[in-house]
Amino acid sequence: MADSAILLQAQPRRWPPWLKLPVLVGIGIILFWLVVCFTIDLWPIDDPIDMVARRLQPPSAEHWFGTDALGRDVLSRTLHGARFSLMMSCAVIVFAVLIGSGIGAIAGYVGGIVDGAFMRLVDITLSFPPILLAMAVTASLGPGLQNAAVAMIIVWWPVYARLMRGQVLSVKSREHVEAATAAGAGHTRTLVKHILPLSWSPILINATMDFGQVVLLTASLSFIGLGASPPTPEWGSMISEGAIHFYQWWICAGPGIAILSVVLGFNFLGDGLRDLLDPRSK
Amino acid sequence: MTRYIVRRLLSLPLLLLGIVSLAFLISHFTQGDPLSAIVSERQMDDPAAVAAAKARWGLDKSLPEQYVIYVGNLLTGDLGISFRTKQPVAQDLLERLPATLELVIAAMLLGSTSGITLGVLAARFRDRALDHAARLWALVGSSTPVFWSGLILLYIFSVVLGWLPGPGRLDARSTPPDGLTGFLTIDALLTGNMNLFWDALHHLLLPALVLGWTVMGIVSRLVRASMLDVLSQDYITAARARGAGEARVLLNHALRNALVPTLTIIGFTFAYLITGAVLTEAIFSWTGIGSYAVDAARSLDYPAIMGVTIVGGAAFLLTNLVTDIAYAFADPRIRLS
Repeated sequence: MADSAILLQAQPRRWPPWLKLPVLVGIGIILFWLVVCFTIDLWPIDDPIDMVARRLQPPSAEHWFGTDALGRDVLSRTLHGARFSLMMSCAVIVFAVLIGSGIGAIAGYVGGIVDGAFMRLVDITLSFPPILLAMAVTASLGPGLQNAAVAMIIVWWPVYARLMRGQVLSVKSREHVEAATAAGAGHTRTLVKHILPLSWSPILINATMDFGQVVLLTASLSFIGLGASPPTPEWGSMISEGAIHFYQWWICAGPGIAILSVVLGFNFLGDGLRDLLDPRSK
Repeated sequence: MTRYIVRRLLSLPLLLLGIVSLAFLISHFTQGDPLSAIVSERQMDDPAAVAAAKARWGLDKSLPEQYVIYVGNLLTGDLGISFRTKQPVAQDLLERLPATLELVIAAMLLGSTSGITLGVLAARFRDRALDHAARLWALVGSSTPVFWSGLILLYIFSVVLGWLPGPGRLDARSTPPDGLTGFLTIDALLTGNMNLFWDALHHLLLPALVLGWTVMGIVSRLVRASMLDVLSQDYITAARARGAGEARVLLNHALRNALVPTLTIIGFTFAYLITGAVLTEAIFSWTGIGSYAVDAARSLDYPAIMGVTIVGGAAFLLTNLVTDIAYAFADPRIRLS
């Protein structure tokens, strides 16, 4: 045991130890979808909304993933769907992180009643199973992609609030913060310049790991009929259209594989990041 | 220990009230008019019909009044009346609870047994092909949307191979026995109707597998990690030195201790199970609480949505409390403050 540890340390480290094959595959998948997201308009494929062929055709040389009930190309819709799914998930994560860590930082820094009030709100929100809360909010605001996004921000912000509060609490008591306060730095300056820079990284890592779950929940809400509405080529709503034409399995094969690959990609990446965070879990 | 339990129990009513209040607030922030869900379009012009509907569902009162009435009713177990089924929500939920429990328990059994097996094997053959395969399989399981894998598996096993029946809890020709537990497999056994039992079991298999796969992913990962922890300890080496067989070391010595930390994830998997159950039930036309929630959300049936959200939140809260306390009992080294 001891020998192998020494041997491991003696090896030249060109790669960081967490950068293993699955992580690389994950990064590859994510990069692929990002490229699709930004360049899809330049691709020589059919329009996702146009009815380009006979309806319900199985996969063929012309239409690799077949056509759906309205004669639209499933491959093209799947690729265009990346835009809706990824951009929406991105927006959800960004807002949830900003709102959550903002509230968490203030709660942790100020303490007292403010802390107690915010954290009780966090506890209560986290007491709901995510999908039920998201369904209730979306149903209340009215079905639609934007409202589904709002619902998911409401579901996710407490996670980051709790994380950020813990971070701020642990950094707050360090000596450099005391020094800054002693040197006359105001509260805002202390928080922004001396505490936050040291509190960010676990939150970013967690946000990456959560991304896959956000993609899944987005698709789930659309599948239920609370998210995107037709003819938007969103993956979840494409699968729900495919569920009606159950015997034409290819209609939901494309979007299903797309969701699986994105979520798997982020889970691969997340696994690597987890190893990076917690060396014990290897 | 006692202080911890008392403190947790004391905070319970407050958290429950919080859950109820938040669910109430969310359901009443509606931008859509709840009236449109109850009153048909033709009756919308008829002020008497609209007023009657408002009075029946208590919509004519102010928001704080509605809240007080709702909480008061809740204490007597009244969750209001569903717009869609026109039945008390509590009664709807009770009727549908056994179906959901049957599915969730079956999925939990399948998922945790396969997850524990996979986790033990992965830890035993660490960094070998079996380990990598098991981890990949588990990761794919927790990355696949159940509403998609359900459809695909239904297509393969029911349409292409014809091995398993389509969606639903029973064959259309079968009639379930009335007034028993509501768990169809158990009811069939109680009445000694073996045909019905096989029928119910066949229908249960696929949705339970789909739902169990997500559980398996989480369980196997945790069992693997905690097995690795335990396997590196001295008493395992000692057991091996005494000549204990590999199976004995793994199952009797290691797994017993490795399962304790896995207890905590029962609470954790509960959230996944609910999410999975909602979608699985929707795919398999499973008449449980999950499909009830989906129907309620689709038809903007606010009393029903609120009821499901509150019951789901309360159940989640209690599961977490019970697992936390059970964990503290199972492992005396854990000191909770």
